[in-house]
Amino acid sequence: MKTRPIVGRAKAGNRSSLASDEITSPGDAVDQDSVADQDSAVVTIDVAELSAEHADLLARFTGEVGADAVIESGVAGRELVVRIEPAAWVSAALACKTKLGFDYLGFVAGIDWLPTPAAGGDDAEGDTSAPVQPKDMTFGVAGSAGRFQVFARVGSTKVARYGITLKADLKESAPHIDSWFSVYPGADWHERECWEMYGFIFDGHPSLRHLYLPHEFEGFPLRKDFPLLAREVKPWPGLVNVEAMPGVDDEEGGD
Amino acid sequence: MTAFDVDPKLYSPLADSHLNVELDTGDMVLNIGPQHPATHGTFRLVVRLDGERVIKADPVIGYMHRGYEKLTEYRTYPQVTTLINRIDWLSSFANEVPFIAAAEQLMGIEAPPRALYIRTILTEMARISTFLLFLGEMGLQVGAITPAFLGFRDREYPLNLIESATGGRFHPNFNRIGGIKDDLPWGWIAECRNTMRKMLDSCDIFEDLVLGNPIFQARTRGIGIIPAELGAAYGVSGSNIRASGVDWDLRRDGEPLLPYNEIDWKVWTHQDGDSYARYWVRLQETRESARMILHLLDQMPSGPIMAKVPRIIKVPQGETYVAAENPLGEMGYYIISKGATGPFRVKIRTASFSNVSIMPWLLQGIYVPDVITVLASLYFILGDIDK
Amino acid sequence: MSHLLAIDLPGGWQTTLGIKTLIVMGLIPVGALVLGYTFLLKMMSHMQSRVGPMDPGGFHGWFQLIGDGIKFIQKEDIIPAGADKRVFKMAPAVVVMSTFLMFVVLPAGPNAVVAGSIHNGIGGIDVGIFYALAVSSLSVIGVLMAGWASSNKYALIGALRAAAQLIAYELPLVLAVVGVVVQAGTMNLQGIVFAQRDGEIFGWGGIGSPYILTQFVGFCLFMVAAQAELTQPPFDMPVAESELVAGYMVEYTGFRFLFFFIGEFGTAFVYAGLAATLFLGGWSIPGVEGEIANWVGPLVLFAKIMFVAFLMFWARFSYPRLREDQLQSLAWKWMIPISLINILVTGALKVAL
Repeated sequence: MKTRPIVGRAKAGNRSSLASDEITSPGDAVDQDSVADQDSAVVTIDVAELSAEHADLLARFTGEVGADAVIESGVAGRELVVRIEPAAWVSAALACKTKLGFDYLGFVAGIDWLPTPAAGGDDAEGDTSAPVQPKDMTFGVAGSAGRFQVFARVGSTKVARYGITLKADLKESAPHIDSWFSVYPGADWHERECWEMYGFIFDGHPSLRHLYLPHEFEGFPLRKDFPLLAREVKPWPGLVNVEAMPGVDDEEGGD
Repeated sequence: MTAFDVDPKLYSPLADSHLNVELDTGDMVLNIGPQHPATHGTFRLVVRLDGERVIKADPVIGYMHRGYEKLTEYRTYPQVTTLINRIDWLSSFANEVPFIAAAEQLMGIEAPPRALYIRTILTEMARISTFLLFLGEMGLQVGAITPAFLGFRDREYPLNLIESATGGRFHPNFNRIGGIKDDLPWGWIAECRNTMRKMLDSCDIFEDLVLGNPIFQARTRGIGIIPAELGAAYGVSGSNIRASGVDWDLRRDGEPLLPYNEIDWKVWTHQDGDSYARYWVRLQETRESARMILHLLDQMPSGPIMAKVPRIIKVPQGETYVAAENPLGEMGYYIISKGATGPFRVKIRTASFSNVSIMPWLLQGIYVPDVITVLASLYFILGDIDK
Repeated sequence: MSHLLAIDLPGGWQTTLGIKTLIVMGLIPVGALVLGYTFLLKMMSHMQSRVGPMDPGGFHGWFQLIGDGIKFIQKEDIIPAGADKRVFKMAPAVVVMSTFLMFVVLPAGPNAVVAGSIHNGIGGIDVGIFYALAVSSLSVIGVLMAGWASSNKYALIGALRAAAQLIAYELPLVLAVVGVVVQAGTMNLQGIVFAQRDGEIFGWGGIGSPYILTQFVGFCLFMVAAQAELTQPPFDMPVAESELVAGYMVEYTGFRFLFFFIGEFGTAFVYAGLAATLFLGGWSIPGVEGEIANWVGPLVLFAKIMFVAFLMFWARFSYPRLREDQLQSLAWKWMIPISLINILVTGALKVAL
């Protein structure tokens, strides 16, 4: 396969899983039975098989990173999510890349778990066209210790189909975490984006500059307490089937 | 200490500086963009040149940042599809699929098979129209104008089909959670078959006109080589990484969002990793997509196109990441839901963003004309970088 | 003046020398340009399945050229703030001038010669081809002026590329012509045409002896080098739309840009004329002799020019662009050695036969 300059491969049913590192050999005939089985429902999730794979992956991950670095784990969709100690952020990436075969960087991003403030303040005078989110702070898969989290997904081009999502908590007062740049060079732009959107500081990043926003921009737009000014000024014009907002009709004449 | 006994520490830097003054021709900083025909929009590349050789390249993006990740938090799920249509505006339909699939996954809804088939066909059609533009555009960037016109001409056919099926040429907004909006119009399938045969022919034209051209080969072979491992570490995906010999296609290897495993098709890879390989892979994939559509039309099941979906769509609490093979690469949505009518947080993982992030590394030490061909061969859409 | 611009046209035309000079020098090139431009534009539109240029006015988009002219005239003439204004304004004129100076020596019939006195029954300047090639390289000065005066980096890079390229391809161009000159034994273009008309192929003089048969290598070299001199694809790095936007023309608008455009098409036309004259027998056509040749000649020449221009533009619309270093290595490593060998072989055969 390596000697041929061009490799094309016939479709071979559902491909490899994480449990086995071997890649399905090229040219496998289409498994007629499996295709016939899937006629009725194409997208099927075998929960039992999946959780076994996840358990296996988690065990291998824990073995590489160390049990004390792993705080909590869970499953998001079909992906394993592991919350790790922030101190182990880079070593976990290194283990993923070198030991577990996750050679491909999906993304690095941030989460702000602060409940979405009602537009226009707590009086709810503002826009009600936006979906109303719960008022209490809840955390997603694998939990969180506080408001800020950084999460990153790495995948694999070899043991394909699944990736692993890592999460790490950041202190709200000083959101510092080590940069992945030395492990995955592609983290460069993702971390710059995360820095300008959330204010997370990636220690060891070569140049933490603005990526999308102008250089003089102040504030961190993707934080939940950063208001979407367009919505503050007036409700979204695409708004339909929502009762008129109290008071708005009198003052502004509506839109 | 004689007169010739000069302290080397003192002497040699002086001599060097003298030499450097003599030979220093000075670097030139050239702004490619934000308004430049090679950048498909407002993308700026600051290159430091020595003669015509690039010393350092620094891409500057964000001229078109629209803040979609923030905006999704203020929209309901059906409204978000309108936004994400505009991320990669050349293959809008393909953008919708992973988001809708993610929402369906969280809600536990399965779209009926016919809807999935139609989704697949339209996704592949979006891929064909995107790649046809690339096949022409790449020719234009290398200096031949004819391929560009042919690309634009042939691209009209799949776009017309998309329009007749969905009502929208560029932004179909056709996916619904649980299925698709409408069934295919009468006569569409026969028309589609004809068009796909036409697409196969036009791929032959591009193979002869562009790929087989010795000058094109001289310009693209060995230029802009992405090593497979480095490319993966940068997050390069799609045809770009397949051109580096990585046999990895989310349509086959990713989650089975769409019934790709029910048809017979091939994943094309090339071992070279240069601009030529990227063109070659995309050309083969255009062909393969046309063949796939013909297969899918043969096997199209009948039945409903919408699953049972509650009238007000509330996605239960949960998180999921769903990625699909967009024409440009891996397009994924990490959705965090808190049980409301809209998402709490959507991380949009776009393909071009990561594909382009390798540029500072890739462009070092090559000539300005090659910068253009490498940019063109990476094939990015500005909306896909800037979100 | 009269001896420089002596025209020996039939009948009593000698008296209206000034008018004829005007006709030959002004109207014929412009008319030829318009016709050629239209023809090439339509050809291009067909080749590229273009919709736009085929639409205005109905039949094959005949109105397109006029519309283009109107558009160019009404555009604002913008001169960049940092530009060297006098040089900036002069540059398009220099380019166009060099084009029109080349038209002067093209013979269109046995007596229809614009420049040069008549010696030995042959009109035209004795060093006609030398003059044409020398004047053609004037355009590089205009290009350099434009690039420098624009105070734009793209323009400057484009101009420098143009200078390097024009100098590199001047040599194979001249050397390709030397073969013809050796074979014809004269530098006079009219003389070269006569030599072809009166030549024989192994004793058979039915179609004369067009030098494309004996100098085919020279013809190919000339066409490639002319393509490079014209900065047309595959050698259009100086203008390189996708890299340098439009190279040295980037800051020009309106009528000044149109001047460059006329220069581009006009020079293509002249080079096609030179190729037709040198290799295809110019105005001569078998079976047409005597007085009538003065009237048929221009049409024959025009047809031949169109044929050569068709080849040029066919290549232009089909090929991608080479890189600057590939272009230089093509010139110095391939074309110049081949053209030297061509001269050697031609000279040896000339002496031997």
